[in-house]
Amino acid sequence: MKVLVPVKRVVDYNVKVRVKSDNTGVELANIKMSMNPFDEIAVEEAIRLKEKGIATEVVVVSVGVQQCTETLRTALAMGADRGILILTDVTTESLAVAKVLAGIVAEEAPGLVILGKQAIDDDANQTGQMLAGLLGWAQGTFASKVDPQGETVNVTREIDGGLETVALKMPAIVTTDLRLNEPRYASLPNIMKAKSKPIANKTPADYGVDMTPRLTTLKVTEPAKRQAGIKVKSVDELVAKLKEMGAVA
Amino acid sequence: MSTLVLAEHDNADLKDATLATITAATQLGGDVHVLVAGAGCGSVAEAAAKVAGVAKVLVADDAAYGAALPENLAPLIAGLMAGYDAFVAPATSRGKNVAPRVAAALDVAQISEILSVEGPDTFTRPIYAGNAIATVKSSDAKKVITVRGTAFAKAATSGGSASVEAVSGAGSAGTSSFVGAELTKSARPELTAAKIIVSGGRALGSSDKFHEFIDPLADKLGAAVGASRAAVDAGYAPNDYQVGQTGKIVAPELYVAVGISGAIQHLAGMKDSKIIVAINKDEEAPIFQVADVGLVGDLFTLVPELTGKL
Repeated sequence: MKVLVPVKRVVDYNVKVRVKSDNTGVELANIKMSMNPFDEIAVEEAIRLKEKGIATEVVVVSVGVQQCTETLRTALAMGADRGILILTDVTTESLAVAKVLAGIVAEEAPGLVILGKQAIDDDANQTGQMLAGLLGWAQGTFASKVDPQGETVNVTREIDGGLETVALKMPAIVTTDLRLNEPRYASLPNIMKAKSKPIANKTPADYGVDMTPRLTTLKVTEPAKRQAGIKVKSVDELVAKLKEMGAVA
Repeated sequence: MSTLVLAEHDNADLKDATLATITAATQLGGDVHVLVAGAGCGSVAEAAAKVAGVAKVLVADDAAYGAALPENLAPLIAGLMAGYDAFVAPATSRGKNVAPRVAAALDVAQISEILSVEGPDTFTRPIYAGNAIATVKSSDAKKVITVRGTAFAKAATSGGSASVEAVSGAGSAGTSSFVGAELTKSARPELTAAKIIVSGGRALGSSDKFHEFIDPLADKLGAAVGASRAAVDAGYAPNDYQVGQTGKIVAPELYVAVGISGAIQHLAGMKDSKIIVAINKDEEAPIFQVADVGLVGDLFTLVPELTGKL
């Protein structure tokens, strides 16, 4: 079974993003970019399935600018087998990306597509579900456990009230939550080895997909700032303050 | 203009997340209809019909919809959308699961977790973990939207007298089945609906200590219990306690953060709380930058003292 893992290049998790002064977006010049953390978890899960002998090949794909090659190399250094770059300079919206991925799925025929549940830039949380919808496949979103058993995969999902498990007919879509696994760091020899792994270059047009965004961002602003309040010295003062504010009876 | 709202429920009760979603739908203008899809969900439909602002309730009562499997629900909703201009779902784990699938079926972009309705096609939504707010305009003929529950007032649960109509869809797609659930059992209020929340962080040090120190304070206040990602990752609290960017977004009247340093991702989930209290031994902790009242010190002595004095 082949496993396909889409990965997105995003502003690094540790960067404190700043809104541009002209309110057209956030400051991206000279900012560290990395693989979306949820996608790292997806890559790790795919590699573990290969190590268990369940997956035969792990293919990673990224849709975006030329520098997404670096994101693909990171995944290859972790242990993925080959990469596909879908080159586009257009803002990538979930629906268009899902359509491109549907085209790749038709070519590659994976048994599982594992995606991050959301990207930490646009926080959309859509691509996996949209891809499942376009393909008519079953989906196991927000996964904390993925257990393929022959023709089905059992996915344990993190839901509002706790956990639930669904059985999905394969091929299927899985999106990762934080506690699915802890992604490995690529070792230096593997980083060197990744340089010679193949990356195919394609474009959205190769899959007949129009990337034109459906949403226009009119402006981007800073959220309302909270003012730091006061510090109290004791529990008695805290209780008095809470009563004064009407927070407790 | 008419809008279809997806009801959040457990086949017995209509959940509060639906009420905020109905308010958002009302702001789009036009009639608001509510879809109750489930199995044996008649009582939910009755409750939905009483909500102020709802013109009609559609009930799809079928075993295939009982567990809200998106493979079965999305075709039902997409079929009904022929008669609507917008589909609005709460940004709960269920809403997030099914809405994009509906959007894909309709070939429209989804607008996730809106914070406000600026016009029939213009909305604000958080990006970068809430560190920026984007105003976006949709060019799609039909809108698919998920709603952040804390950003909208809850519609009144009485005063409405909507008609109730049965609808049916294709039922099971045959690609997925529900195996089971481990739901956290608690007599405490639901996290996203609670007026007071007591949250614990990594400083608690263990699951035992988490319950020993956080639970009595929560019980004293009649509060729900939350946790930081660090505490959940360390196994001190179950995953559904997590407050933050990738967990639950909450905005209670009072949020008490105990032993939580205040990572950006945690702040993203609770900074709209009305009053924030922080107890932490590190006076430089970022949580104090958003706290209305901060108390620096050892939580293991301060929390029991606070529990005793409330």
